[in-house]
Amino acid sequence: MYAFNYHRPASLAEAARLLASNPEAKLLAGGQTYIPTLKQRLARPSDVIDIGGLAELKGITEEAGGVTIGAAVRHAEVAGSALVRRLIPALASLAEGIGDPQVRNRGTLGGSIANNDPAADYPAAVVGLGATVRTSKGRAIAGDAFFTGMFETALEPDEIVTAVHFPKPEKAAYAKFPNPASRYAIVGVFLAKTASGIRVAVTGAAPCVFRATALEQALAASWSAASIDSVTIDPSNLNSDIHAQADYRAHLVKVMAKRALAAAG
Amino acid sequence: MAEKGIGARVPRKEDLRFITGRGRYTDDINQPGQAYAVFVRSPHAHARIKRIDKAPALALPGVLAVLDGQDVAADGLGNLICGWLVKSKDGSPMKMGKHPLLAQEKVRYVGDRVAVVVAETLAQAKDAAEALVVEYEELPAVVDLAGAHEGPLVHDEIPNNLCYDWELGDKAAVDAAFARAHHVTRTELVNNRLVPNAMEPRAAIGHYDPGQDAFTLYLTSQNPHVHRLVISAFVGIAPEHKLRVVAPDVGGGFGSKIFIYGEECVVLWASKKIGGRPVKWTAERSESFLTDAHGRDHVSRAELALDKDGNFLALRVNTKANLGGYMSTFSSCIPTYLYATLLAGQYKTPAIYCDVQAYYTNTAPVDAYRGAGRPEASFLLETLIDQAAMEMRMDPAEIRRKNFIPKTAFPYQTPVALVYDTGDYEACLDEALRLVDYAGFPARRAQSEKNGKLRGIGISCYIEACGIAPSAVVGSLGAGVGLWESAKVRFTHTGKVQVLTGTHTHGQGHETTFSQLVAEKLGVPYEDVEVIHGDTEKTPVGMGTYGSRSLAVGGEALVRACDKIIAKGKKIAAHLLEASEADIEFRDGKFTVAGTDKSKTIGEIVFAAYVPHNYPAGLEPGMEESAFFDPPNFTFPSGTYVCEVEVDPQTGEVDVVKFVAVDDFGNVINPMIVEGQVHGGLVQGIGQALLEGVRYDAGGQLLTGSYMDYCMPRADDVPSFEVHTVRGTACTSNSMGVKGCGEAGAIGAPAAVINAITNAIGVRVEMPATPERVWRAIQSRPMAKAAE
Ligand SMILES: Cc1cc2nc3c(=O)[nH]c(=O)nc-3n(C[C@H](O)[C@H](O)[C@H](O)COP(=O)(O)OP(=O)(O)OC[C@H]3O[C@@H](n4cnc5c(N)ncnc54)[C@H](O)[C@@H]3O)c2cc1C
Repeated sequence: MYAFNYHRPASLAEAARLLASNPEAKLLAGGQTYIPTLKQRLARPSDVIDIGGLAELKGITEEAGGVTIGAAVRHAEVAGSALVRRLIPALASLAEGIGDPQVRNRGTLGGSIANNDPAADYPAAVVGLGATVRTSKGRAIAGDAFFTGMFETALEPDEIVTAVHFPKPEKAAYAKFPNPASRYAIVGVFLAKTASGIRVAVTGAAPCVFRATALEQALAASWSAASIDSVTIDPSNLNSDIHAQADYRAHLVKVMAKRALAAAG
Repeated sequence: MAEKGIGARVPRKEDLRFITGRGRYTDDINQPGQAYAVFVRSPHAHARIKRIDKAPALALPGVLAVLDGQDVAADGLGNLICGWLVKSKDGSPMKMGKHPLLAQEKVRYVGDRVAVVVAETLAQAKDAAEALVVEYEELPAVVDLAGAHEGPLVHDEIPNNLCYDWELGDKAAVDAAFARAHHVTRTELVNNRLVPNAMEPRAAIGHYDPGQDAFTLYLTSQNPHVHRLVISAFVGIAPEHKLRVVAPDVGGGFGSKIFIYGEECVVLWASKKIGGRPVKWTAERSESFLTDAHGRDHVSRAELALDKDGNFLALRVNTKANLGGYMSTFSSCIPTYLYATLLAGQYKTPAIYCDVQAYYTNTAPVDAYRGAGRPEASFLLETLIDQAAMEMRMDPAEIRRKNFIPKTAFPYQTPVALVYDTGDYEACLDEALRLVDYAGFPARRAQSEKNGKLRGIGISCYIEACGIAPSAVVGSLGAGVGLWESAKVRFTHTGKVQVLTGTHTHGQGHETTFSQLVAEKLGVPYEDVEVIHGDTEKTPVGMGTYGSRSLAVGGEALVRACDKIIAKGKKIAAHLLEASEADIEFRDGKFTVAGTDKSKTIGEIVFAAYVPHNYPAGLEPGMEESAFFDPPNFTFPSGTYVCEVEVDPQTGEVDVVKFVAVDDFGNVINPMIVEGQVHGGLVQGIGQALLEGVRYDAGGQLLTGSYMDYCMPRADDVPSFEVHTVRGTACTSNSMGVKGCGEAGAIGAPAAVINAITNAIGVRVEMPATPERVWRAIQSRPMAKAAE
């Protein structure tokens, strides 16, 4: 780890100011990604702004029939939230499947989506539920527009995720095939019947979360496993690495979609 | 049996400190004036070092020294050694590439030590390590066995990267048997490379004391005396009597801490270079992945000849073994004497031939890892036998039973050098089949099928040679050291016992087992026994802990030291009780005149020995005895493991749903510790079979360099084991009749798991049998093809 100045701002405004005033400053939330990066000297920030404890980024609330979750809410809190379990049980079970207990008790929703790891779980829920990402600049970014590429998002460099609003779906489920080592998703499929139609978001399989439109259309025609079977997933844009080749991932997308369908009912 | 004596399930003494965070490991030790070392490592698998510029590093604050290979050469330090000389078929000695403490001219794997930076703080050392300028000329690398023979030369002077081409067995007899075989089963298989992953990473603190002109080395070692020997006799940093090596609590080794690595030598040397301040180095986990000696990495071809009834006629094996960039301390003997000698397994196969080519590649050195050679042999043999059974439409249990060495045939000379002393292979097989409900398997399979799962059952009957080893035997095979063990038993005035052992405990629970043994032998309370190990200044010279040898060899030395205590005690008792020495009996801590009620407790006798006011004339005072023990033979634990898996054909995921282990460890001192050892070994064996596997890319970069990519088994990857030790066949090479249990699980488990998967899906999958591999194997089945 290189030396840096550590800040623990008392308010979101102060955090935003610190971030804006220094181009080499970085945010720290749960630290599950950023601390290892620092330890391996892969990053050299001048200042680290710890927003993990900011009250303004905490809290899970019911809003417009859905749930709004603060950016600094930890995965374990989402997994254990009675509110989330009642309104969007698929989201709670997704959070419960992230990493291991240590990771779930430190890692945050905001950190996860801001980082946009191609194998992270939350991006599938944000896209799959058509959620809205709220930021320190007062923006409300649609889930579909938020994840722009591998480790890339629509956030500006000095912008902080403050909360995510998830509308309540008619039904939804998430099925994940975990990497046995890290437990990140080799393939994760979030499937939802929402007011705005059927959404199928796939994470882990490609450089960035994406909507499997062919599956969406097939399921819109008929909400059945047979519809999923009828679709061919093109492996050419999917990842190949030591854990899974693209064709296996393409196959898993369908298997996970069917599992999610069965779980969603 | 005393309450805490032999056979009792005594909870481990050492666990109190381990589970309350009060263990004292090398990195917990901090000394005044301590400086920190960071190693600059090669980012390339193979490169020539063109230039090292130390100036930018030396200019940074806090830097005390920057040392490289040229400094090592200038100080005349010796190279690291491989302590076991293996000879090729043509009688020529193995070709040992030079292994300097810090690379000279070339680097040979990613992680190879190029230089060390010593600074006041760890952060300063890291900064300076980054500032050091090393210019490389990259060279093409050879990474796997397939390319090794024709590949670029790792050591320019060693043609074809071939370290040795070795053989064992009667080739002519094997060829003749194959010529008349009714059936030949053939296979090719890989034994996957593993990272040892001890929980505590390697660490060392070197300290030169100019006042004493003496060195102390604290480190993570399974054998501190062997470290002292090699560092003094071969590396030449300090004469042996001026070097103290201390291995305090050590958090697991699995073999990887047997070896003498460059890092510990360098910190010791560096301490003197900076004027005698202690120099500490602790590996980061990434360094452990890159540089701890890896395990396994074989590619083999195997053929089994059978007659029409399924009797084994002969076995022919060719193995290529990957040694990595350099030889490590024992790397030559792992794929030879610890491997091919085990190819008889539990069977009376009359003729066996094996030849082994060991190659250098641009990867981390490979050496002993839990089981070391024996898991490779067992995996090869037990999967080959299953294939033979399948091809000949025989039951896998019955083909084994038919070929077992019968229990009446011991001692049994195998065609591959070993003489098994005792064993009863059918007893373990029968018990395992009963416990797993072998007969009920078809019904369980049908039930799984209803749930859309493919169920399979796999048997593995392993044998291992442990208790390493008879010195004369290993010496005749090329070992550079004797492999006896030592012990000292010391009573204090007040009747407490200090046991000093040359073995080292790093998870095995010696403090408990040895205390039980001594409590039983001497009739003293278990709580009154303290086991001391790991410090060359305190303990007698010993060879350390590996090869499941501590109890069978070290424990026997302890028994013999106790016998000497008793013999001396009898002389004192005879004097005090005014009887003849021949009439004194010793039992349960009491010396008694036979046939009378006249007796003295061992405490009274010890007191008399230290306060010899009324004492036998001519007898030395004091009560402290040592013994060395060199066993007449290895020990041969054996057993049957049965694994049941459920495979999800949709994803290829394998769920180990049942695992029964039945072992014959001879007599057992502490069944709970033995079961714990089996549990750990099984987890590692299942890990090898399903999850673990080192991957390098074609350029020699380690792809599985962290736990994000290298999958260690977790508790939820394994079932609740059913572990049973049968009332074993007592080993004849030590008076306790014990055989050793540390490696069995890792040896026997992989074949059981893989055989179960093969049984489930009809195709054998290479280890690790990842979901993707299993899924692809299912897709490749003739049935799946037909269905498409
Ligand atoms: C062993 C392990 C296993 C894991 N397994 C999984 C898994 O199975 N599934 C999964 O989805 N994830 C997994 N993770 C990731 C983890 O769950 C966290 O979500 C992730 O590490 C990021 O969250 P964090 O709060 O730790 O962020 P940090 O590490 O603190 O920050 C990550 C990045 O996000 C930025 N950032 C943080 N908060 C904000 C914000 N509010 N606004 C803008 N930028 C911000 C930081 O500047 C930094 O660049 C795993 C992590 C580990 C270490």
